[in-house]
Amino acid sequence: MAIIEEPLALTSGEQHAERPLGVLTRPQANGSWKDWVSTVDHKKIGIMYGVAAMFFFLVGGLEALLIRTQLAFPESGFLSADVYNQIFTMHGVTMIFLFVMPFAAAFANYLIPLQIGARDVAFPRLNALSFWVWLSGAIFLNTSWIVGGGGADCGWFCYSPNSGITFSPTNGVDFYAIGLLITGIASLVSAVNLAVTCLNMRAPGMSLFRMPVLTWMLLVTQFLLAFALPVITVALLLLLFDRQFDSQFFDPEAGADPLLWQHLFWIFGHPEVYIIILPSFGIISEVIPAFSRKPIFGYSFMVFSGIAIGFMGWGVWAHHMFVSGIGPISVFAFSMATMFIAVPTGVKILNWLATMWGGKLNFSTAMLFAVGTVTMFTIGGLSGVTHSLAPADTQQTDTYYIVAHFHYVIFGGGVLGLFAGVYFWWPKVFGHLLDERRGKIHFWAMLIGFNLTFGPMHVLGLQGMSRRINTYSSGFGFEFWNLVATIGSYILGASVLYFLWNVYKSKKDAPNLPAPGPDPWDARSLEWSIPSPTPEHNFDEIPVIESQDDWWFRKYNIEDDGSVVRISSAEDAAQKGDAVGVHLPSPSFWPLVLAIGLPLIGYGLIFNLWLCVVGGLLTGGAIYAWVLEPVDDPDAGAHGHDDHRDGGDPDGELATVGAAGDDMEGED
Amino acid sequence: MATATAPATDIHHDSHDPHATNTGISNNKLAMWLFLSTECLLFGALISTYLIYKTRGNSEVLPTDLFDIPFTSVSSFVLLMSSLTMVLALSAFGRNDLDRGKAWLLVTAMLGAVFMGGQAYEFTAFYEEGLGYTTNPAASAFYTLTGFHGAHVSIGIIMLMSLWVAANQGKLTGKNSETVEIVGLYWHFVDLVWIFIFTVIYLIPPE
Repeated sequence: MAIIEEPLALTSGEQHAERPLGVLTRPQANGSWKDWVSTVDHKKIGIMYGVAAMFFFLVGGLEALLIRTQLAFPESGFLSADVYNQIFTMHGVTMIFLFVMPFAAAFANYLIPLQIGARDVAFPRLNALSFWVWLSGAIFLNTSWIVGGGGADCGWFCYSPNSGITFSPTNGVDFYAIGLLITGIASLVSAVNLAVTCLNMRAPGMSLFRMPVLTWMLLVTQFLLAFALPVITVALLLLLFDRQFDSQFFDPEAGADPLLWQHLFWIFGHPEVYIIILPSFGIISEVIPAFSRKPIFGYSFMVFSGIAIGFMGWGVWAHHMFVSGIGPISVFAFSMATMFIAVPTGVKILNWLATMWGGKLNFSTAMLFAVGTVTMFTIGGLSGVTHSLAPADTQQTDTYYIVAHFHYVIFGGGVLGLFAGVYFWWPKVFGHLLDERRGKIHFWAMLIGFNLTFGPMHVLGLQGMSRRINTYSSGFGFEFWNLVATIGSYILGASVLYFLWNVYKSKKDAPNLPAPGPDPWDARSLEWSIPSPTPEHNFDEIPVIESQDDWWFRKYNIEDDGSVVRISSAEDAAQKGDAVGVHLPSPSFWPLVLAIGLPLIGYGLIFNLWLCVVGGLLTGGAIYAWVLEPVDDPDAGAHGHDDHRDGGDPDGELATVGAAGDDMEGED
Repeated sequence: MATATAPATDIHHDSHDPHATNTGISNNKLAMWLFLSTECLLFGALISTYLIYKTRGNSEVLPTDLFDIPFTSVSSFVLLMSSLTMVLALSAFGRNDLDRGKAWLLVTAMLGAVFMGGQAYEFTAFYEEGLGYTTNPAASAFYTLTGFHGAHVSIGIIMLMSLWVAANQGKLTGKNSETVEIVGLYWHFVDLVWIFIFTVIYLIPPE
């Protein structure tokens, strides 16, 4: 609890650092690697999320290539059935929990404070905690390859009783359950933190309905996370208890009902789809207006359709279970709900098109990715609507048609949108542009590879090819399209490597190119009103917001006759980033220490309960050390209160930023 | 916590609040509210699991066969009273009456501990009557649900005792009584969950 933050914050003139529990002093930024492991800066944390997620993208991509290599030819013996099960399970788990979600979290961390005009998130230390806990869970999950006897082999949805100890005797599923519990804690903490940030930390005048669409979609995402994760937490705990403590939740012989798992999983799992897709929707809602040179069409419709998706996402989970015998009334209700949820999604697609309609389109790489997102997601959305027809779905269930559908949604809708964001905000984050020519090659290679990989799966699925089966016999007409899909997947893999090459080369070339300036795209939201890369303190002074797209109206004026007149260059209108002595929250080691304790508890549950004691002591000790740590290092207090002029309420703002000492209790 | 040392003077600030946050609710308190709302889903899933499984006995003994309603009523009453003492503690801190505040914190924690003692007794008694954790799905669901609630109460007790220690060290005074309020929110929530569990699980008889 935040017991001591107020008395100790900046009131003492003492010059010696406090040593809470006599272990670690509150670290100070000095330019070393310690800056990164102890940072509480939302920008650094966002970058770390991005880098780590990219790493796991490569891991999951490698797993995908192994799957496609196995399936390139009929009756292939490249992977055994057992290994194949592990690979496709870990591919799904890695891509969803270790790539798309944290990659979206990278954008959320970096951009939410900038878009609402804040200096940091509401709880900077909790933010660091989220990252480290997520990373420790991600590493824990993947160590099952080494110490767990292989990866989980039950599919990412891990249906019981397949996930039980009888059918999955290695520790893979235990690693799955505990690993996802740990990453779930991270997401839950992050969800609360970022939601509070959006609700509480907005700049003066930044009312909720002046927030950029991206921030809105991220806010909806945080609420979805906050309510979906507890349900999967319960499901995973029940699974874990079944496997570790012989409880009887999913054992049909003992009278239990395996459908319970399916319900719990999909009550989480369907909102999860929107957790994946909404950040991407938000990103392209920023990119498309910038490159159409028009404001977003129907801002409030965009926001409310996002909120509507957030609500309706809770009422469609059983469409994943049409063939499980849930009865005609349930099937009917969930069919209707599933058709209905296409409406707000359609509203969004219409609004993106209407934003582009009549605009001066500039097909930069970011714009290409954004348009690619709209088109690919539309295909995925349409095949999704076909699933709402229960009779058709009964034919499609567990075929490659489903695989095609959700890759069009998650990759086409989610990942392409995230890449649009990468190209769009790269200059803001790193101070140089990604090369456009290479970017466009990356885009087209990715788009073609993606469609070659997943397009044929529609055909394969309708021909009846089952998913999750490690091979197929020749003579069913599966050969040709499988080979096409495999070739496509290699193109896709190559496009990702080419992207990394672009990153490397663009950085290398950057010193010889003109700096992008604060606002290279002539964009509309607040993050473009500050220098690139973002200064450590974000805003020299907290801006006062007078309208939607406030930053754009500082550059342009709309005359009485409706014509748009430039009134200021971006360089002139932008803040200079030269404020000194802005008070920022102090770094801390405790989030990292706390995060290290959790996987130890996990290993302990699997291998030796004594290890749980070690991990528990580490975690519990870290919580207390965290609480007792002074919010601001007295040494860092030299800046004092008078650091900048009265734009906003510096004292309150700082006190809010500093008030990170928070309750970690009850993170089950 | 995050109260500004001076009220916001910004004339452009078109919202109403003199506080540092947009909503007027401090970050810590809002975070606790959000956290508790997620807990609703956690307990919702656990309660649903129990309700689905409450008759799945596999022809062994069921939790409903063993419930001792008078006993559990008493321990529920104890837990309920701890909410009252929590309010009294907060009220005392609000008046900067630290001695009473500390005393009520201690009493609240004690009442919670009595409740936990009751749960330990109940679990032991059930176990001796043949209802182990692994006996049947109903038993697993019952122990998991009530065990989770017990874990929450225990964490609440730890938090209350931490506050008590901090108050004794002079770190917790009337100025930061909001910390007491936030712990109180958690404590009341845990009580509320128990009222729900007691009604739905214990009092409604199996058909």
